[in-house]
Amino acid sequence: MVFEWLNNQLLRMEWLSNLVKLLIENVFGLSIQDRWGGGLHFFIYDVIKIFILLAVLIFFISYVQSFFPPERTKKILGRFNGISGNILGALLGTVTPFCSCSSIPLFIGFTSAGLPIGVTFSFLISSPLVDLASVLLLASIFNWRIAIAYVIVGLILAVIGGTVISKAKLEKYVEPFVFGNKMLEIEPEQLTTCERLDFAKDQVRDIVRRVWVYILIGVGIGAAIHNFIPENMISLLLGQDKWYSVLLATLVGVPMYADIFGTLPIAEALVAKGVGLGTALSFMMAVTALSLPSLIMLKKVVKIKLLIIFAGIVTIGILIIGYTFNVLGYLLV
Amino acid sequence: MIIKILGSGCKNCVTLAENTKVALEEAGVAAEVIKVTDIQDIMAYGVMSTPALVIDEKVVSFGKVLKPKEIVKILETAK
Repeated sequence: MVFEWLNNQLLRMEWLSNLVKLLIENVFGLSIQDRWGGGLHFFIYDVIKIFILLAVLIFFISYVQSFFPPERTKKILGRFNGISGNILGALLGTVTPFCSCSSIPLFIGFTSAGLPIGVTFSFLISSPLVDLASVLLLASIFNWRIAIAYVIVGLILAVIGGTVISKAKLEKYVEPFVFGNKMLEIEPEQLTTCERLDFAKDQVRDIVRRVWVYILIGVGIGAAIHNFIPENMISLLLGQDKWYSVLLATLVGVPMYADIFGTLPIAEALVAKGVGLGTALSFMMAVTALSLPSLIMLKKVVKIKLLIIFAGIVTIGILIIGYTFNVLGYLLV
Repeated sequence: MIIKILGSGCKNCVTLAENTKVALEEAGVAAEVIKVTDIQDIMAYGVMSTPALVIDEKVVSFGKVLKPKEIVKILETAK
């Protein structure tokens, strides 16, 4: 009972929804039943909600992440063999913070330290896909069962993807200069609590600065879907009964680059309009797991064949997850 | 003193370079600031997280975008 209330007030922010409703009805004089009132309500409420959640979540999660710098992750992973390495790689991928431009030095660092490339790929797949903050946002927009299910399938996808790459002995498709580099053995300094708080604060500022545009665009599109785009049009393209909806959602998402926080309001609006949960999740995963900028960067360290296999595995995984969630989603909602 | 900023060109590396220039002015130190963007050159220093700060061929920081006053402190110890 208490959990429900906490969930509703803290994550779903019902109080905010009610406040905005009052604003729309009394100050703007619109009814939220009609499209402009409803659309405006969606926009204002969702933007504020996401920004509040964003700031709070990023702060706490960054604090936790300050305990897992990439250098420590590399050390931990070095001690595990076989599939447990992949599993740990996938898990650590979710809590290790790194700027995406570090992904190449990180790849080289892990590989030069002797980690099998499958483990590195498990890390690289889970990292953008299962983001602690976005999992909490998922819980706020949908519910906890869905959020946890998303984490589990994301991790499974990362583990399987990495394991396939290892088993298929694809090391020969990695550029030679990646191996055998002498890496710095400096242990990153232990941070004080004050430094961790500073880091968390900086992360919030940097991330908000980076993603606020995507959030506004995402909520804008979400509001349009919610209130303006006719339901039958959405149903035609992405309806639950259409076999191609997951495929379409995934193919549209793959080449796109946007922050996951921007895709959440779109997913929320789509599901409210009757789009399958799996279809919405596929879209989100496709946008975040694969992006043109990150693939271009990866191209510098792996040959095109491995790059295509990597992208292919992730895409197929997303499709399977999408179809599965569409079929079994009713169990979670 | 030769200072190198290691990073493949994303915003963090640019910010670190700017902060370094500010710190140099504040500390009144003259130094050449070079941006190293080639991945193989970066790997030669063995760092895994960019941006990284190198002073006279020694890696003094990696994985963080140092604020000017933190860089000033490093410069004082480097002198």
